[in-house]
Amino acid sequence: MASDVSDNAFVEFDRVQKSYDGEVLVVKDLNLQIGKGEFVTMLGPSGSGKTTCLMMLAGFETATNGDIRLAGRPINNIPPHKRGIGMVFQNYALFPHMTVGENLSFPLEVRGLDKTAREEKVKRALEMVQMGEFINRRPAQLSGGQQQRIALARALVFEPELVLMDEPLGALDKQLREHMQFEIKHLHERLGITVVYVTHDQSEALTMSDRVAVFDDGRIQQLAPPADLYERPENSFVAQFIGENNKLDGVVEGFEGDEVIVRLADGETCRANPVKCGDVGSETLISIRPERVWIEGKTTPNTTEAQVLELIYLGDHVRCRLQVHGNDEFIVKVPNSAGHKHLVVGETAKVSWDAQDARALDPL
Amino acid sequence: MSENVPADPHVAIVTTAGGVEDGALTISDGTPLKRALARAQSHARRKAFLLVLPLLAFIILTFVVPIFQMLYRSVDSPNFHDNMPNMVAWFAQNPSGTEPDETAFTALVEDLKLLKKNRKAGLVGTRINYELPGSRSLFTKGARKAAKLEPPYKEALLKIDPKWSDPKLWQVMRSAASPYTFNFYLAAVDRTRDADGKIVRVNENRRIYLKLFGRTLVLSLLITFMTFILAYPIAHLLATLPLRKSNLLMILVLLPFWTSLLVRTTSWMVLLQSQGVLNDAMVALGIVSDDHRIQMMYNKIGTVVAMTHILLPFMVLPLYSVMRTINPSYVRAARNLGATSWTAFRRIYFPQTVPGIAAGALLVFILAVGYYITPALVGGADGQLISNLIAFHMTGSLNWSMAAALAALLLGGILVLYWLYDKLVGIDNLKLG
Ligand SMILES: Nc1ncnc2c1ncn2[C@@H]1O[C@H](COP(=O)(O)OP(=O)(O)O)[C@@H](O)[C@H]1O
Ligand SMILES: [Mg+2]
Repeated sequence: MASDVSDNAFVEFDRVQKSYDGEVLVVKDLNLQIGKGEFVTMLGPSGSGKTTCLMMLAGFETATNGDIRLAGRPINNIPPHKRGIGMVFQNYALFPHMTVGENLSFPLEVRGLDKTAREEKVKRALEMVQMGEFINRRPAQLSGGQQQRIALARALVFEPELVLMDEPLGALDKQLREHMQFEIKHLHERLGITVVYVTHDQSEALTMSDRVAVFDDGRIQQLAPPADLYERPENSFVAQFIGENNKLDGVVEGFEGDEVIVRLADGETCRANPVKCGDVGSETLISIRPERVWIEGKTTPNTTEAQVLELIYLGDHVRCRLQVHGNDEFIVKVPNSAGHKHLVVGETAKVSWDAQDARALDPL
Repeated sequence: MSENVPADPHVAIVTTAGGVEDGALTISDGTPLKRALARAQSHARRKAFLLVLPLLAFIILTFVVPIFQMLYRSVDSPNFHDNMPNMVAWFAQNPSGTEPDETAFTALVEDLKLLKKNRKAGLVGTRINYELPGSRSLFTKGARKAAKLEPPYKEALLKIDPKWSDPKLWQVMRSAASPYTFNFYLAAVDRTRDADGKIVRVNENRRIYLKLFGRTLVLSLLITFMTFILAYPIAHLLATLPLRKSNLLMILVLLPFWTSLLVRTTSWMVLLQSQGVLNDAMVALGIVSDDHRIQMMYNKIGTVVAMTHILLPFMVLPLYSVMRTINPSYVRAARNLGATSWTAFRRIYFPQTVPGIAAGALLVFILAVGYYITPALVGGADGQLISNLIAFHMTGSLNWSMAAALAALLLGGILVLYWLYDKLVGIDNLKLG
């Protein structure tokens, strides 16, 4: 997907760098192409520069170096009010002295629309977020979820082609958040707008996005569709950050076919998929997803003895903490299905995994 | 809609309470809910009252009592009434407009003898003198010679001083015979009673108070406006600058607070007087010639400049405290929605600062209206405010009743303006911090 976007990108960050104080680069070499109609999420820990990127796109910060292009045009010198980009702020930024209706009609007023056209559009935008009857309320008289909807409607009412959202659901409780995730996703599909979404919540990123850009340390660590990101992390940071992950440290000993043989800390070897490990002799970190490990299942070249340290009953599955190759934090999820072996704390069990599922990545 | 509609609060009460009888809610032992609640809260209320009691007592002693005393003094006029009983009786028997006959003069002489005995001639004379200047000596002289007078008293008194037959004097004495008077209020709005007791304006050259009230109002409004113009950008800067820089700037804003008012006012004198720094600099630069130095001190300019400076922090602080709470994302949102920076300021930022402006303006205006020391020092004759005249009556002419009447009018005027302000701006819109 990334390749067909690059020739015809709607939003493009081209070697963008940003520093606030002239000492630290908050954004280092950002390259990102977003296609028209795409839903791209910037995901990363707090302080990784996501908001900064969004602010540069919206025009509230200037890039220290590099170009940002919108529909092929560099926008570095276009003031924010002429960019025509919708934005949902983290705290919603609804104007407290105006009613909901006035808030929504503000972007239309400054665009010089006449009264009837404004009323029509405001009404339609409010209906779109199912808030029609709240038109005369003040923001302070609305709940968090309702304010969120109004902020969304205000960002969409002037029909921008690009909408930016900076952790828009961060202040909502879990249930409401999940509900709004679907609503935003549906609006995106229905209106055909391009969305750049910022979050630090990985499940939000995975459920909503066409593609996810994982940010860390001012760089994109991996840009991929959600499934790829989870199944095929390209480096240790992404493997760590997205989902659960078992880590085994080791040194590359040799290559055999499309597999790499790694000597682990406890002296044993493990066959793995060489995704991002160096040459023979370099350190590596093997990452294995908990659900890709069998207990007392089929035998593979990576079968080993493990000691059961802890069992946590979670209804549909049991979480087992094991000691594997000297790692005390090795987690395996055992489905709570009929005929599955019952594990006992303190006993040993046989665990195994496929070489393809053990991804040899860069050391942390 | 995923929002929970809040449940009817009464439902919860009914289910936990004993039940509904005669439509009134009761608790489990049958006491009506309202009474139970009042009982539960009365203890807390008593404790709260005890906590504020010292402050309450302090305010009553130092604020409420003096104000009422002052208001009382402005209508209280006991001197004539208490010391001239025969005259008071004659005025009571004869309606206004009666020619003073021999009985009247007999009463007057009897009273003058009393004044001599009680040594109160000066007091009564002063009281009459307030309204009819030059009549104090009439009473002191009359009292001194009263014992030797022979009837008919009218002729005898007129021989001492023909002014005793002045109908104006009799009019003033008649009004002074009442223990209460509104004449100080009349005088405070440049009005007086003529010989027939009708209210008329005083002579052209004695009309000072209304002009001064007007000047006080105009200058206070001007000063309020000036502080607003100067304080708004500073407060904005303070609210948006990074904390360390804004703290430094805040110290500069507060610095005047920590310097003595006299020192600050005097330094304005050094700067603004005709041989002062500013004029010297302008002469040196050739902007004005040496013999046309600009008069910036001892007139209205001096008062306005110095008071604007002194009252500036009272505008900056409320503005700052309001601006600090305005999230910068509002203006960003407005810009993002397509507003130019001017529109974003006008439609989004400015309306949110109105409570601060309202509070600052009210504060500065009320302080300016009652300001005394600065106009006294730098105002000259032209830049005096009403407070300076109140001070003059307190310490110079010792006409405390007049001072009280002027102060009461000032207080009333401010209350009226406050009421107007509440109608226009809304006091609950006001945010002091
Ligand atoms: N206005 C600013 N001035 C100086 N430093 C800033 C500013 N905004 C953000 N930063 C710094 O830039 C880094 C990235 O911030 P941000 O883009 O907000 O990260 P994120 O949104 O991913 O949490 C942080 O280290 C933050 O301290
Ligand atoms: Mg952020």
